[in-house]
Amino acid sequence: MAEVDIGGIRREASLALVADRGIAVGDYVLVHTGYAITKVDEEEAMSILDAWKQVMAAEKEIQL
Amino acid sequence: MQSEFRDRVLVAKVAAEIREWSRGAEVRIMHVCGTHEWTITHAGIREMIPESIKVVAGPGCPVCVTPGGEIDAVSELSLRKGVTVTTFGDLLRVPGNTTSLSEAKASGGDVKVVYSVADSIKMAKENPRRNIVHFSIGFETTAPMTAIEIVRGVPPNFSVFASHKLIPPAMEFLLTSGAKLDGFICPGHVSTIIGVKPYRALADKYGKPMVISGFEPLDVMLGILNIVRQVAEGTHRADNEYKRAVRDSGNEAAVEAMDRAFEVRDAHWRGIGIIKSSGMGLRSQYGGHDAAVKFRMKGAYQDRMPKGCGCGEVLLGNMAPKECPLFGIECKPEHPVGPCMVSAEGTCAIVYKFKRI
Repeated sequence: MAEVDIGGIRREASLALVADRGIAVGDYVLVHTGYAITKVDEEEAMSILDAWKQVMAAEKEIQL
Repeated sequence: MQSEFRDRVLVAKVAAEIREWSRGAEVRIMHVCGTHEWTITHAGIREMIPESIKVVAGPGCPVCVTPGGEIDAVSELSLRKGVTVTTFGDLLRVPGNTTSLSEAKASGGDVKVVYSVADSIKMAKENPRRNIVHFSIGFETTAPMTAIEIVRGVPPNFSVFASHKLIPPAMEFLLTSGAKLDGFICPGHVSTIIGVKPYRALADKYGKPMVISGFEPLDVMLGILNIVRQVAEGTHRADNEYKRAVRDSGNEAAVEAMDRAFEVRDAHWRGIGIIKSSGMGLRSQYGGHDAAVKFRMKGAYQDRMPKGCGCGEVLLGNMAPKECPLFGIECKPEHPVGPCMVSAEGTCAIVYKFKRI
């Protein structure tokens, strides 16, 4: 079991389904009906956002 | 991090890309997840994309596709002496063919709402003299929890009435139904469990793009863009646009637990009918925890939609909620006629709440 913070609300969640993912304190997890089902990869999230921001920045430069 | 996936400027940029790639072509995209419908309706995504691109909701609400006969049977079970039925809150008010769990509760049935199957097991441990029956519904996102608990061992007075359903067979059913479908936005949470492989098989077999998407507006827009682009380029890949949560291999531990606890069976989807190999029932070695076996329930449950209710057609994406003659008149969230207006994941309830489509 782990303590999770869901938008400021603390509750317990089971790690039974992600036991092989090496979840550590401070990680983001996706919780469904009281069980963590996956770890959320922050780096992956940022890389998508960065790619789009670069596209937009490049277009802005062209316009200038 | 989450807020950036709601960034209006980024979303508008992707909308412009979608417009460019669509080139006015008619593209019909289906999603099969109540949470996707929530995002699409709430963020007004249908208003941001060209009119030629239709995004329709499929059977993505587990409560909505639970057959009326099963709801009746479990409601009746809750009235038996010594039995407590536990279920998720959404199911409580869903009308079965003749009754509902909340009606059974009102007439003395012992029905308790739980947040998690673990709560139900805890109840069984604390009340060893009562039979606790968990009405276990849901797709690949909810089945692993029940599965892992059953496999690890549960108290003898705990059993489940399993009504779990599988999403890929329902997608295949829709792909062979003859309806125009150019691609699927695949459900993000289900995909965290099953990964990309099942969609790859469907994409290859039916030549349609299938894209796993997350639940923020930018995620859904990227899913639509991917499909529109694939249609324009004539490709049909299964792509994962939700890599921050979905690994290509899915959650192998969860899939293994499901395989150990459940066997695949044909299942009745409410308002749709029998879909081959689309459901899961407990394996016979867990018969002692199978409420259907333990309480000698008759099985082969019939299903009726309430008179005039269009939920069946809404679940297939053939009817928009506002096209149903009951929508917003006789059927509202305060007094729902059909299941699609009851559940927070039901298309009618979501659309009614935001007064869109």
